[in-house]
Amino acid sequence: MKLTLAATIGICLTAAFVLSAIFAPWIAPYPLDAAVGGVWEQPSAQYWLGTDTIGRDILSRLIYGGRITIFVALAASVLAFSLGSFFGFLAAVRGGMVDSILSRIVDLMMAIPSLIVALVVLSVLPLNLTVLILVMGVLDSTRVFRLSRAVAMDIAVMDYVEAAKLRGEGQAWVIFREILPNALSPLVAEFGLRFIFAVLFISTLSFLGLGVQPPLADWGGMVKENKDGLIYGRSAALMPAAAIAALAISVNLVADWVLSRTTSLKGGRGG
Amino acid sequence: MADPLLDIRNLKIEATVYPPGEKPQDITIVHGVSVSVEKGKVLGLIGESGAGKSTIGLSAMAYGRGGVRITGGEVMVNGRDILKIGAGGLRKLRGHEVTYVAQSAAASFNPAKKLMEQVIETTLRHGLASRDEAEKRAVMLFGKLGLPNPETFGDRYPHQVSGGQLQRAMTAMALCPKPDLVIFDEPTTALDVTTQIDVLAAIKEAIQDTGVAALYITHDLAVVAQVADHIMVLRHGKKVEYGDTRQIIEAPRQDYTRALVSVRSIEHEEKQPTADPVLRVENVTARYRGTAFDVLKNISVELHPGQTLAVVGESGSGKSTLARAITGLLPPSRGRITFAGRELSAEQTARSRDDLRELQMIYQMADTAMNPRHTVGTIIGRPLEFYFGLKGEEKRKRVQELLDEIEMGKGFLDRYPAELSGGQKQRVCIARSLAAKPKMIICDEVTSALDPLVADGILKLLLDLQKIENVAYLFITHDLATVRAIADSIAVMYRGEVVRYGPKSDVLAPPFDAYTDLLLSSVPEMKLGWLEEVIAGRRMESAGN
Repeated sequence: MKLTLAATIGICLTAAFVLSAIFAPWIAPYPLDAAVGGVWEQPSAQYWLGTDTIGRDILSRLIYGGRITIFVALAASVLAFSLGSFFGFLAAVRGGMVDSILSRIVDLMMAIPSLIVALVVLSVLPLNLTVLILVMGVLDSTRVFRLSRAVAMDIAVMDYVEAAKLRGEGQAWVIFREILPNALSPLVAEFGLRFIFAVLFISTLSFLGLGVQPPLADWGGMVKENKDGLIYGRSAALMPAAAIAALAISVNLVADWVLSRTTSLKGGRGG
Repeated sequence: MADPLLDIRNLKIEATVYPPGEKPQDITIVHGVSVSVEKGKVLGLIGESGAGKSTIGLSAMAYGRGGVRITGGEVMVNGRDILKIGAGGLRKLRGHEVTYVAQSAAASFNPAKKLMEQVIETTLRHGLASRDEAEKRAVMLFGKLGLPNPETFGDRYPHQVSGGQLQRAMTAMALCPKPDLVIFDEPTTALDVTTQIDVLAAIKEAIQDTGVAALYITHDLAVVAQVADHIMVLRHGKKVEYGDTRQIIEAPRQDYTRALVSVRSIEHEEKQPTADPVLRVENVTARYRGTAFDVLKNISVELHPGQTLAVVGESGSGKSTLARAITGLLPPSRGRITFAGRELSAEQTARSRDDLRELQMIYQMADTAMNPRHTVGTIIGRPLEFYFGLKGEEKRKRVQELLDEIEMGKGFLDRYPAELSGGQKQRVCIARSLAAKPKMIICDEVTSALDPLVADGILKLLLDLQKIENVAYLFITHDLATVRAIADSIAVMYRGEVVRYGPKSDVLAPPFDAYTDLLLSSVPEMKLGWLEEVIAGRRMESAGN
């Protein structure tokens, strides 16, 4: 499958975000929470993206903040996919009561808007990164459950799955060796999308004050800290917002490409 | 000689393929084939899948399916080149001068509209007749095609009539606009033999009565021999042989045609039972969950070691359900199944590993029976690892031995199913079941998705393997020619019951019961005038009754 232009741009940008997150201490020109300049300075040669509400360098905070944002979103997505796809496959393979019970639990969770659930749960539990990741991962796994159950349903009726059952294979082999490899492409594409939703979700939570807590920085929190600057015509709040948008779009481009690859695989079968 | 109605000259057809990981390539599907059909004559196009026969057929309407392009040659219909008449000209041609009958009528009709609406649609669209006239003609055609209650048949929806009736309705649809040429694309391939013969007779009579010319596309030489005046044999998009039907059937010139004519002539001596039966099915009755209808009624059959029991019947007769009952996927509601001297538990999940190992199954569609993400080595190696604990080099060696046994040789271990041909896929499935060292293999229509020559190869292989491994086959099929080639004993099934059962020589010898007689006489024979003989014979009988 050829790399399209959009996919190339997406991959390059995503890689840039990930690399700058990993190497943040070496790349960032200033420390995370040192007040190095005046309040809300405009972008200049010294402070490329200006300074924030208490004079910290925005570029440095963006780079460190990207680290937290990407890490939390990634961890939450991985958790969501591990949980969601395992139970989704299990529901599809077992069917009957197991499927009914799992599906009803998921329906119940999805019936309540996830932001409200998250706000309620996070206001009760201690606020730290682990809790944040767990809450986001579990909430998101309901969506993954439904997708992977639907995909696995189609696969579970194939003759090769029946052949494996007739051979006497256990559940683990059927799920991980027969179904998973065939369900992987749509799941990988979905992972891209879910990751973006996780980025937006953690940003939303931080903006509302229930996400990443100071002194750690994340993009949603930075928008919150600097939102008052907008009234005075300062661009400080727009920088992290732009970073969220850029990451979302670039990951989306990659996800789209993976998805188109999946469909061409399906069409190409038997040809 | 008059100008031919259809004259395809030096036709070249190309398509673009997208091999994974490579640049798109143009491949030639049809290499300069010339075809001509005169008014009122029927030309049979015959060849295996991929021979380009459907592609050539559709080119008579200047149509290329699935991104196929006509890149060279001329297609003359009624003296003009239809490749040059543009979209508007084609619109007038299609569904008026040239019409088309597709293979799967069930998939081709709109389920939400009544049959009459669809049958007369093209006629009305082309403004060839008023609605009244068109309906009258449709009713006349329904009658001619032997459909029940032709007056009211058109008021039904597609799902309310049988597959054979639907196929005839589509033929009526094609004939309704009084075309000059009809393209029949495998019209009877998806039907049971007992239905096929009626549809075939109806089509033949309709062609003769209306004087329409036809292109008849099929892979079954015996079928095309009944309707065609001339036959063209195609292979790999090239003409192999062209001649009148008698010459092709009785004196084929090319080796490939000779192979097609003599296909399914495997001789198989019936073996006498030597030991206690490996499988004994006693009074098995089964129904699907949540239904009140028994799909299997009181079935009792036996299968001896190293022998083949053929289970024959049309679709819906319960033969595949019998396989599901034996494998435990559909636990019977009554009856016992004894295997290798042990009583099998009804539920598959409750069976011992040895029970599972010694009872293997091969599926009809090799495509879906193998995980597309596993290599051949994994597919065949898994039973070795699972049942015998073979690992690493030992396993690899045994897989290679099995590959040798199915005559596939080296270089297949790391291939994926998508990289194999249809026949090779089925061979890999056979190797996978052999890997378990089974006492018995259930073969569910294993050759019906394959071309006749490839199917022949698979049957020969199965017979050879039976001699070496002394494995018993329960062979499910609807094809009586296959049964003759492979069976030692036969069970004829009809509506969930075994209507005739015994050694091959007894079952295939008169006196027959009514259903077996119908089944046997419906199998097309490779000779001219067979269809007329059978139909005449049946009319005599019904007149005599």
